[in-house]
Amino acid sequence: MKILVCITHVPDTTSRISFTNGDTEFDKSGVQYIIGPYDDYALARAVELKEQSGGTITVLNVGTAETEPTIRKALAIGADEAIRVNAEPTDSLFVANEIANVAKDAGYDLILMGRESIDFNGGMVHGMVGELLGLPSVSPVMTLDLDGDTAKMTREIEGGKETIEVKLPFVAGCQEPIAEWKIPNMRGIMSARTKPLNVVEPSSQAAATKLEKYEMPPAKGEVKMIDADNVEELVNLLKNEAKVI
Amino acid sequence: MSTTATEQSKETTEAIKGGEFLIKETDAKDVFIPEEWSEEQKMIAQTCKDFLKQEILTRLDEIDSMKQPELMPSLLDKAGELGLLGTSVPEEYGGFGMNFNTSMLVTEVLGAGHSFAVAISAHTGIGTLPILYYGNDEQKAKYLPKLASGEWKASYCLTEPDSGSDANSGKTKAKLTDDGKHYIINGQKMWITNGGFADVFIVFAKIDDDKNLSAFIVEKDFGGITMNEEEKKMGIKGSSTRQIFFNDCKVPVENMLSERENGFKIAVNILNIGRIKLGAAAIGGSKAVIDNAVNYANERKQFGTAISSFGAIKHKLAEMATKVYASESAHYRAGQNIDDAYERLVQNGMEPAKARLKSVEEFAIECAILKVHGSEILDYVTDEGVQIYGGMGFSAESPMDRAYRDARINRIFEGTNEINRMLCIDMLLKRAMKGHLDLMKPAMEVQKELMSIPDFGASDDETLFAKEKKALLNLKKAGLMVAGAAVQKFMQKLSSEQEILMNLADMLIEGYVAESCLLRVEKLVAQKGEDAMKIEADMMRVYLYEAVEKAASAGKEAIYAFAQGDEQRMMLMGLKRFTKLEPFNLKDARRRIADHIIEKNEYTF
Repeated sequence: MKILVCITHVPDTTSRISFTNGDTEFDKSGVQYIIGPYDDYALARAVELKEQSGGTITVLNVGTAETEPTIRKALAIGADEAIRVNAEPTDSLFVANEIANVAKDAGYDLILMGRESIDFNGGMVHGMVGELLGLPSVSPVMTLDLDGDTAKMTREIEGGKETIEVKLPFVAGCQEPIAEWKIPNMRGIMSARTKPLNVVEPSSQAAATKLEKYEMPPAKGEVKMIDADNVEELVNLLKNEAKVI
Repeated sequence: MSTTATEQSKETTEAIKGGEFLIKETDAKDVFIPEEWSEEQKMIAQTCKDFLKQEILTRLDEIDSMKQPELMPSLLDKAGELGLLGTSVPEEYGGFGMNFNTSMLVTEVLGAGHSFAVAISAHTGIGTLPILYYGNDEQKAKYLPKLASGEWKASYCLTEPDSGSDANSGKTKAKLTDDGKHYIINGQKMWITNGGFADVFIVFAKIDDDKNLSAFIVEKDFGGITMNEEEKKMGIKGSSTRQIFFNDCKVPVENMLSERENGFKIAVNILNIGRIKLGAAAIGGSKAVIDNAVNYANERKQFGTAISSFGAIKHKLAEMATKVYASESAHYRAGQNIDDAYERLVQNGMEPAKARLKSVEEFAIECAILKVHGSEILDYVTDEGVQIYGGMGFSAESPMDRAYRDARINRIFEGTNEINRMLCIDMLLKRAMKGHLDLMKPAMEVQKELMSIPDFGASDDETLFAKEKKALLNLKKAGLMVAGAAVQKFMQKLSSEQEILMNLADMLIEGYVAESCLLRVEKLVAQKGEDAMKIEADMMRVYLYEAVEKAASAGKEAIYAFAQGDEQRMMLMGLKRFTKLEPFNLKDARRRIADHIIEKNEYTF
């Protein structure tokens, strides 16, 4: 079994977000980076599947050299080898093209990734990769089990969930509770440095979109607490101050 | 795994001796700084952080309630699965053979784990290390793999009801059986961390009427071991602390560690290692408190604005961060010195376990300094943390309550801070008397300088940190002057002048930490430029300024205590000269430091 897990290199969830260069660039100074949390679930499930039925796990990241510590962490968690496509991940289509380019002749049985990254939250890459490779693509996948050449998955739908079966190979965008995040152990960390991390150049697909600027959400206004007994004041404020009724 | 950053200079410089910092200048390029952690070391630290976040920090109340006796050992098992119990244990015994600084980094990060931090430190430190460093091959093969995996948990039984700081006075006895196959141990031990669930006890006892202790590896199943209920404590409530009774506990003779009467030496040397690691754990705890405090100060609004915008709060945040930054600089500087000394000894043919001990023993003065400094900044930081939280800080619902209570023990265990203060000076003077450290010549030079015409002008040396270096050099001279005069005055009786020893220790501690901080910033500026290191330079200057003031105050107290008349006047003038500082706007520097932390909403250095 050959599993490809695509990971993003994203700011830690507690990072303070700010922009520079006329609000056209994300300010990376002092920001700690992590494996995208949804990708981390995908990787954890891949490690479990490998433990159950053997095989190899390749992690793939589209990013510049600064993403290598994140890739090494994925190797420490349990991937066997890594590929880094040496390019800024400018937009979803660009990233999907690069993933498809790496995967097209490599014979992966499963291509797993998070349901979305947590920086730009496009949630499109898995669908695009499926399309580019002519494979089924399922997301958001909450459970994934294999039976021979068939995968049984449950995915979240509005107000419930559905269970579906797909023949291998396929693409899946994963989310909790597909597996529990794995913390790299000392043995994994020590072996990560000797595992192959291959750098390949991008296949020259240009980004389809151009970023103009970023904007922060408006600052939260002050909250007024009104006592439950004081409905009159609440109505008054909603009518005259907030002007919503 | 060794860090390469200092390797080149290591080859070209002479071996650094412990305590030598007082009389010798160190080149910034020769010190290790935390900014040089390798990718792998950073990953190890992250694993520790993730483990705390996932397994410990969400269960602090549960752990402290002690309602589930199986909880703490099960958490140690989980740490064992990640390999965190075997960082110092060689690979051949199931561990990972990490260098000293890496194991200290693990201790630092896990130091934010409250009671769990104490349990894991006791297991991996004083519980495991006596076997690692003093065990024979059979003992190591039998015990270390199980301790490294967590299958067996360890504890260390030294203290007795009437034998605390005076450890060699213990009354626990070991008697050889007639057939010569066993020792029968009888006695009582107290304050035994991990006692409630330990499988292995390192027990110190005197054989017959020996003057000195011997050490034994005792398994729980040997029989004859009973214990009292868990102690009710002010803090670290989730850490198992028991009084243990050995009643005709039958220990096979092959379980004696090292040689007969070598126990006190084992106890002292293991505590040396424990001391610097305790300091490191205190740094980890302090950083967590700063993160919580700045977060709260940014959230909490009074008079219509976040309290972090107030100067008084900024002062606190800046002081907290500065002290932690300086202490951290000193810990990893000393850790690298220990690693370098170890490498040298092994290269010269010494057996690794012996070399590890010897290398730590060489820096025993620094270890004692850092135990004191780390534990005292943790108390300072938690105290200010409570204050920043205001009324909420006094509530048991806030994280400051636990942090404040848990911090306090650190000034007591692993040798009280008073004992450690006296030890630093005692060791320094003993080394001087044995000719290992030439304190005499520099002390004489300081005396000579005292008689010369003072340098009234400001320094015209404009090279980087020239003024700070001069202030530091003078701080050391002040220490040498007061210590030299005290030795001359009291000679052998100095050891009973404990108050003066405390003053001298304070001067020594401040000098070492301030110098380490200066060297770290100097190295960083050389690597990244002055502009990128402005906040770090502010912290260094604030620390140095305060260190000199503290040294001046301690020195003055000592001089008042033992010198009279002309001698007193001359020494006070000398002290004034050596602790003279150019004006520096501390307020503005602290504001800049605080503003950085407030913007980042965490301790980022």
